[in-house]
Amino acid sequence: MVAQTKTTAETASSGRPTTENRKRTGGMRRLLLRRSMFGLFTLWVVSLVVFLATQALPGDAAQAILGREATPERLAALRAQLHLGGSLPEQYISWLGHLVTFDLGNSLAGGKPVVQVIAPMLLNSGVLMLGSAVIAIPLAIVIGTWSALKKDTVVDHVTGVVTLVLASLPEFVVGVLLVLLLATGFLHLFPAVFVLIPGEQVWSNPAQLVLPVLTLVLAVSPYIIRIMRATTLEVLESQYVQQARLKGLPERTVIWRHAIPNAIGPVAQVVALQLAWLIGGVVIVEYLFRFPGIGFQLIDAVTNRDLPVVQILVMAIALFYVVVNLLADVVTLAANPKVRTAQ
Amino acid sequence: MSTSTPTLTVEDLKIIGVPSMAAIIDELSVEVRPGEILGVVGESGSGKTTLGLALLNYCKEGTRVNGGSVSVGEKDLAGLNWRQVRELRGRTVAYIPQSPASALNPALRIRTQLTECLAGSSAAGLARVREVLREVALPDDDAFLARYPHQLSGGQQQRIAIAMAFTARPALIVMDEPTTGLDVSTQEHVLETVRSMCRTYDCAAVYISHDMAVVAELADRIAVMYSGRIVEIGSTADVLASPAHPYTARLLLAVPDLEAKRPMVGIPGNAPSPLARPAGCAFAPRCPLADDGCTVAPPGVTDVGERHSVRCFKADEALPPIHAQHSRARSGRDGAARPVVQISGLKAGYGDNTVLANIDLSVYAGDCLALLGESGSGKTTLSRCIAGLHHNFTGGLLLDGVPLAASSFKRTKEERRRIQYIFQNPYESLNPRRTVEELILQPVTAVRGRVRNSREIVATALERASLRPDHAQRYPDQLSGGERQRVAIARALATEPDVLVCDEITSALDVSVQSSLVDLLRRLQADMGLTLLFITHNLALVRNIAQQVAVLEQGRIVEFGDVAQVFADPQHDYTRALMRATPNFQLPGRLSTAPGEPQAETDASGRGLRVRAL
Repeated sequence: MVAQTKTTAETASSGRPTTENRKRTGGMRRLLLRRSMFGLFTLWVVSLVVFLATQALPGDAAQAILGREATPERLAALRAQLHLGGSLPEQYISWLGHLVTFDLGNSLAGGKPVVQVIAPMLLNSGVLMLGSAVIAIPLAIVIGTWSALKKDTVVDHVTGVVTLVLASLPEFVVGVLLVLLLATGFLHLFPAVFVLIPGEQVWSNPAQLVLPVLTLVLAVSPYIIRIMRATTLEVLESQYVQQARLKGLPERTVIWRHAIPNAIGPVAQVVALQLAWLIGGVVIVEYLFRFPGIGFQLIDAVTNRDLPVVQILVMAIALFYVVVNLLADVVTLAANPKVRTAQ
Repeated sequence: MSTSTPTLTVEDLKIIGVPSMAAIIDELSVEVRPGEILGVVGESGSGKTTLGLALLNYCKEGTRVNGGSVSVGEKDLAGLNWRQVRELRGRTVAYIPQSPASALNPALRIRTQLTECLAGSSAAGLARVREVLREVALPDDDAFLARYPHQLSGGQQQRIAIAMAFTARPALIVMDEPTTGLDVSTQEHVLETVRSMCRTYDCAAVYISHDMAVVAELADRIAVMYSGRIVEIGSTADVLASPAHPYTARLLLAVPDLEAKRPMVGIPGNAPSPLARPAGCAFAPRCPLADDGCTVAPPGVTDVGERHSVRCFKADEALPPIHAQHSRARSGRDGAARPVVQISGLKAGYGDNTVLANIDLSVYAGDCLALLGESGSGKTTLSRCIAGLHHNFTGGLLLDGVPLAASSFKRTKEERRRIQYIFQNPYESLNPRRTVEELILQPVTAVRGRVRNSREIVATALERASLRPDHAQRYPDQLSGGERQRVAIARALATEPDVLVCDEITSALDVSVQSSLVDLLRRLQADMGLTLLFITHNLALVRNIAQQVAVLEQGRIVEFGDVAQVFADPQHDYTRALMRATPNFQLPGRLSTAPGEPQAETDASGRGLRVRAL
């Protein structure tokens, strides 16, 4: 056989992996911790921006909210509620303190505590976005992969054109077209606007959810499909896929074991961006379908100059952004052993 | 060899490009018997890889088989359905790829990638995998099996690829340049492994390579490919001793000799692309023997010995003398030798990772100093320090006795002008959106501002690099690899530098091109009095170009001295190990340098050596 002396040397070096294993998980945890810290930092910067843009702008925030005809008593009361006394740093610190302790005061519009106003809205929007994501992501990944496998066939070309058209249409146009097509004009399958009967939940009447969800799915999927197609094509041309085929593996194994795991990493980042975009898109779509979610609420709050609600909603959106990106990092790390095992 | 039925029979194979319909491989017939290793040699673009893949019934995108047949054992591959092809691949014919780093799936553990080569129960499969791992001298424990490819060294990855191929006990193994890019010592292990595995399993093998020296060491028979055809095939001994095709002879002469006893001569010109092959013999435009008869129709196969045949009209004619400088490199150093570059106590690294330590080195004006080392030895880092590209170092660095700033940004224009750098890969070092003229002028305008005589500068630089004036208006993608590297050399020469740093500048190129480049550098060194710093892992090259050599091992210079002396009597174990591991390619018999040869040592005018096939 081949020189045995080498074997001993190699075996000695193979004793490492056990310690490596320990380091490995540590490395991953440290990386995630660093990303989380960075996320927190991002949130802090956002809080600063929100605070500066809403409360610290030149002029009197209370005056701006209440308008010119406000009585001095009401102005004073509002200033007290918004903690407008004291220097800017003092104001900011007290505002931040209230923010992190969820002691957010009352909505200026309804007088109810802010938490009570936004909690159901967050839940509703969550349902809408979760539904869209759960449908859009697997669908887009499957279509993207399929399109790559059928490269330069009719399937691929049709997918290419459709995704390009959808990607270039703003979501409210897609929404309006869907309403015309499926609700009012051509077919009358689904309701055009969302009506929430008090005491019921948004998912009580699933037919109402179809059009908003469909709009978001159509808005989010094209990018994921295109990037999935591109990365899959790249991976399919790689040498390790060629090698897998030359090993005589069934095509199914080649694709699912050798190709997809390597394609998913870069796609996860795009998925995260799309999900993060979703929370912005949801504002418009909710308004279009009069869906009682945070987007609808945000527009409402801005119109009513309901400062505490605006502030907390913007912070919630930022939090969502950070969390989604963190999740994308986790997926990317999980898909890439090189990063995962980095120390 | 036994006369048993051949394991592989290729008959009249033709593979064409789609949609160009140009023949990539044409009229190719070859057979390999059990236990036999066939070496397939040729320059890049000769169709070696296409042939190798065709043996597994695999056509790259844009190619397809258009005639002829490939049979493995009794089976004709063309008649197989998809399931049978799958069963053939990996089980009957296995493939070892060129670069295991990219052919091993980065997302899968070694265990998965090895066991999937075997059908059937996983327990039995795992036992077999462990057995093969032991055979290729790798650990077989679970911890090792749980590793990912990136946790292995280059040599280990290549041995995994070999193990992968042998796992299912195939009858035929196709190896596509499996040692290109590996260090010599790793290469030696890999070749040894391949040899013993083929012997153990009585397995036929096709070994594709551009490196004649490696093939000569390993193969029983050699097939020389040129422009899609096998131009010569015969036993290794016959082909080396009496090459019948002029191309084979020139290819052999292009291999650098470890002992520098014969000159290293390149082959002028380029191999034709499949789209523009000449009507007659494809080698005719580069052939010293070609006459009008050669350009009419391609030559047929002529037998010149037992299982030795050739495609050439002139197989029985001797090659005319080749004018070549003698390979014993000569220093341009004058009497009063002074060091141009002086390094003392240099220490460099990346972050906390120290790559170089305690480097003391002097490069004398007009000399060529070779930095020899394997990958990871720090040779490129050292050259980057000198060029000002890597500034994370401490220690002294003097140019003509004047300290140099670490970063090239902090050096004066004059200092930058005097040191020029040529990169390893000419496919990446030239901006694809600039013409050759613009590329050459870039460093000139950077150090001298706008110049008036720009045309003149470009013309001189092109001439020095042996390029034609009309190359000036070309873009890099219109040039061959060798021409690109010449452009890189011309670019470096345009500023009239004193020191030229050449970082593995031939490693991405064919041997025939490598020889011409080395020849060019030697001439420049003598004519312009250039000082060269030649970074390489190739010992034979060092022998042929440098006067001084510094051997780097893990960031330290372990040996330094005159090339002749170091090669005659290496002092350090590491140098000796490197020399042992390098194939010493000697040409036996007919093809040799003319008698009374090393006259060039005394005769610098270069009367030229007679290289002839008797």
